[in-house]
Amino acid sequence: MPVSLTSSTLIYRGLKETGIRIVSALPETWLVHLIRMAEEDPDMTLVRLAKEEEGVGISTGAHLAGVKSAMLMQNHGFLAAINGIVSCGQLYRIPLLMLISQRGSFGEKDPWQTEGGGVTEHVLEALRIPFDRLEAPEHVGKRIAKAQTLAHSASRPVALLLCRDLMWEE
Amino acid sequence: MRRLDAMQAIYPELERSVVVTIMGAVAAELQSIGHRPNFFYLLHAMGLASSVGLGLAIARPELPVVVLDGDGSLLMNLGGLTTLARYRPGNLVHVVFDNESLLSVGGFPTATSTGSDLAAIALGAGVPRATTVRSLEEFRAAFQAAQQSGALTTLVAKVEAVGPAGYVTDLSMLENRYEFARHLKGLIPKG
Repeated sequence: MPVSLTSSTLIYRGLKETGIRIVSALPETWLVHLIRMAEEDPDMTLVRLAKEEEGVGISTGAHLAGVKSAMLMQNHGFLAAINGIVSCGQLYRIPLLMLISQRGSFGEKDPWQTEGGGVTEHVLEALRIPFDRLEAPEHVGKRIAKAQTLAHSASRPVALLLCRDLMWEE
Repeated sequence: MRRLDAMQAIYPELERSVVVTIMGAVAAELQSIGHRPNFFYLLHAMGLASSVGLGLAIARPELPVVVLDGDGSLLMNLGGLTTLARYRPGNLVHVVFDNESLLSVGGFPTATSTGSDLAAIALGAGVPRATTVRSLEEFRAAFQAAQQSGALTTLVAKVEAVGPAGYVTDLSMLENRYEFARHLKGLIPKG
């Protein structure tokens, strides 16, 4: 499978280094290694969701309970979770760390993925969610740590876009 | 059974638990009985109270967690029941006050008024214990049994579609949120 194991390992290490102990996720191709790593890690709790919006609630509960968590989802999952992000994450000032696979950008071969890629960044901007792109391995560790730092200092949701050049090895 | 009386009946247990409520009548009525720092009122994000409860229960398995949900809210996150069932935290009791309507927005009937059975849906989703109760005595007994069972329970309480005159209270959302988090931090065992 051309999903980058090297990059997935870097991302997972970045999450661990920022103290993440709960990961909620809905499977998608680019996230398979990350989800497997979370599942096999005895120090991580993986919560498999039916729909991404649930992850906002789970991360909210975990944060209020004093435990750091992250959400793994596809950009279409982010789009499906928006009300929860706004009316739970933002309304209650929850430091949500969202890792969003940015499907539908240049190079996308699946026709059904092509609409979400064009709107994801605009929607993030409209929601005033600070975000950055992870495009190269050297970005990963530092940007995850910085995103987590801002999420907690601002007490707000933040997003990292997992981009094709990082996640997919053609 | 009135929801206010039902919450009053289990208030001693709620005082000893970590409680998450939905918005509207449940939040306002629980506050009218008496706010505690271990009560968190999710005043929007319909459907997510049960997910917040799951996050709390997974993060802090040593604490008894109670979610006070409603039929309208739960119907917006039925998939969440399958996630609850999948992880089935034994420290979580999921109460659903079912008044068969969206009371706070004008009383429009929900699907439970036309036969949808939330306890059956919960059981079908894999929740290990689920039941429907219709009287105050049954509710109190079923709630206490659920907390003592150590098994995830969805307890559907059929209640009258009556509520308070208003839903805005003196407690601000962020004050509640930070007080609640600080309180839970204080409950972390030392050592």
